[in-house]
Amino acid sequence: MTPALDLTPLALSLRLAAVTAVILLILGTPLAWWLAQGRSRVRFVVEALVVLPVVLPPTVLGFYLLQLLGANGPLAWLWSQADVRLVFSFTGLVIGSVIFSLPFVVYPLKSVFEKVPRAQLEAAATLGARPLDRFFSVAVPASLSGFIAAAVLAFAHTLGEFGVVLMLGGNIPGETQVLSIAIYNHVEQLQYSAAHVLSAGLVAFSFVVLVVLHFTHDRRKAAA
Amino acid sequence: MTRLSGHFTLRRGGFVLDTAFDSAGPGVTALCGSSGAGKTSLLRCLAGLETPEAGTLRVGGDVWFDAARGLSVPPQDRSIGYVTQEPSLFAHLTVEDNLLYGFRRLAAPARKTTLDDVVDGLGLKALLPRRVTNLSGGERQRVSIGRALLRSPQVLLLDEPVSALDVAGRADVLRYLRQVLERFAVRSVYVSHDLREAARLANEMLWMERGKVVAQGIARDVLTDVRLPFAELDEAESLLDGVIEGHDAEMGLTRIRCANTMLWLTQVDAPVGSSHRVQIAARDVSLALSAPGAVSVLNVLEARVSNLVVAPRQPAQMIVRLDVAGQPLLARITRKSALALQLQPGTPVWALVKSVALAE
Repeated sequence: MTPALDLTPLALSLRLAAVTAVILLILGTPLAWWLAQGRSRVRFVVEALVVLPVVLPPTVLGFYLLQLLGANGPLAWLWSQADVRLVFSFTGLVIGSVIFSLPFVVYPLKSVFEKVPRAQLEAAATLGARPLDRFFSVAVPASLSGFIAAAVLAFAHTLGEFGVVLMLGGNIPGETQVLSIAIYNHVEQLQYSAAHVLSAGLVAFSFVVLVVLHFTHDRRKAAA
Repeated sequence: MTRLSGHFTLRRGGFVLDTAFDSAGPGVTALCGSSGAGKTSLLRCLAGLETPEAGTLRVGGDVWFDAARGLSVPPQDRSIGYVTQEPSLFAHLTVEDNLLYGFRRLAAPARKTTLDDVVDGLGLKALLPRRVTNLSGGERQRVSIGRALLRSPQVLLLDEPVSALDVAGRADVLRYLRQVLERFAVRSVYVSHDLREAARLANEMLWMERGKVVAQGIARDVLTDVRLPFAELDEAESLLDGVIEGHDAEMGLTRIRCANTMLWLTQVDAPVGSSHRVQIAARDVSLALSAPGAVSVLNVLEARVSNLVVAPRQPAQMIVRLDVAGQPLLARITRKSALALQLQPGTPVWALVKSVALAE
C-alpha cells in the first residue's frame, strides 16, 4: 500500500494560483487599458515584452529570474534589507508566476477594452466623469467577460506551470513544492498511483474550469 | 443668454476646420451645412472632445479654450450636454440610471432641474425601470436628451439627433425636443444637414461649407438666402411668423396675419391669437406685376424683389427672394418668366401663394 496521499502540494498550488491571479488582475488591468487605449509609441515594445513569456521556454524565464532575484543578483540587497528571500521561497514563486502568466491576463483584458466604444467614454466625459471614473463606471462593466476570462486563465495557467517553478523554487515541501513538482517527484519515485490521483485531479479541475468559462462566455454573449 | 464665440483651426487627415464663429443666441442656434462641411467637428471642439491646433473659445464669461495659453478645459469640466446621432447609452444601466449618470456627478447647487421634470418633459415615465438595450431608436434618443438635460448644461450640443431615426421616431423625438427646449429654455447648438428641420427649431442659423461658417443670421433669413444651395432645392421654402386671427368653419379655413398681410390656410386646430410659423414652398409662389383680378389663388401678397439668381444646377429656373413687409419669401419661377417680367432688385410684384401650412 502506498503511504497516505499528501495534499499539501495541492493546497500550495491553489494558494499560489489565487495569489497570482489577484496580483495579475491588479497589475494587468492598467497595463491592458494603456495598451488598448493609449497612443504611445513605446506601446509596441511593451506589448512584445508582455508576450515574451508565451514564446520563451519556461526554463529560460526561470533561469533569468534566478539570476535576477538570486543571492548574487542585482536585487540581492532586498535579502538583507527586508529579510525577504526571493528564490527558493513562496514569494519567489509568486514573482515568477506573475511574469509567466502576465500575457494570459493582459490579452483577454486588452481585447475587451479595445471593444469599449469610444463614444461611450466620450459620453461619460461630457456627463462629468473624470478618466478614472469613466474607467470604472463605463469600461469595467462593459468588460466583465474579459475579467472573468483573465482571472480563470491566470489561475489555471499558474496551476499548470512547471519549468519556472522548478528553476526558481526548487522542491521544498510545504514552501515551493507545488502540484506539478509533486507529480514529477511521484513519477521519479515510481509512485504511479499517487501521480495518477494528482494528475487526474488536475485534468478534471482544468476541464471543469474551461467548461464554466465557456458557459459564462456563452451566456454573456446571449445576454448582449 | 450664453454667447459662444471664438475661432478654431483643426486638421484631421485631409479635412481642415478653420473658422471663426460668434453666436449670441438666445435659444437654439442651428449649425447647418452639407455632410463633410465640418459641423460635427466644430461641435466636438465646443464640447472639448477635439483639441484644435489653434484657436479660442469663450462661453458666456468663461474661456474654455485658448491654444496660445495652452488652456483647454476638459469635457468633464465644461457645462455641456452632448447628444449624438447614435445615442451612446450605457448598456449595463437602466433608463433611470442612465438619466442620472450626469446628474449624480453634479454638485447639488449646480442642479437646475430634477429627474421628475425631465422625465415628464420627455415622456419617459414608463421606461424608467427598463434596460436600454430593448428600447426603440426614438426612445433611446429621448433618454439621451434627458441625460444631457439632467446635467443642467450651460450649453446643450445636439449632433443630428434625429437623422438616424425612422420617420415615426423622428417626428416623436422632434416633438419632445421642441417641448423641452422651450420648457427648459436651454441655450443650444443644433447640428443638422437638414436646413428645413433646423429652421423649425432655431432662432439663429449658421451655414458651414468646407470647414468654414459662411453665412449666419436669423433662421428665416438664412433659409431664404439665394446664395445657399438650399434655395435651389425642390423643397426650398420660407417660414413666416404670424398670429391666428380667426377661423371660417363653413369654408374650413383659418386666417393668419403675417406682417401686413392676411393668409388663408386649411383650418387648423389652434386658438385665435396664438403665434405660429407658416411654411410656404418656393415652387408654390407665382409672381405678377399687377394686382391679379379674378384668380383662384386665395393668398395674394404685396412684395418687392430683394434679389434673384439663376438656379446653378437648373438653368431654366430662377430663384427670387421677395420682401413681404420685412419678412423674406422665396419664389421659384422660370428664367423665361423672369425675363418677360423684367424682374430686378426693387421691382414691386404680387406674389400668388398656392399653398400655406403651419410649420411643424
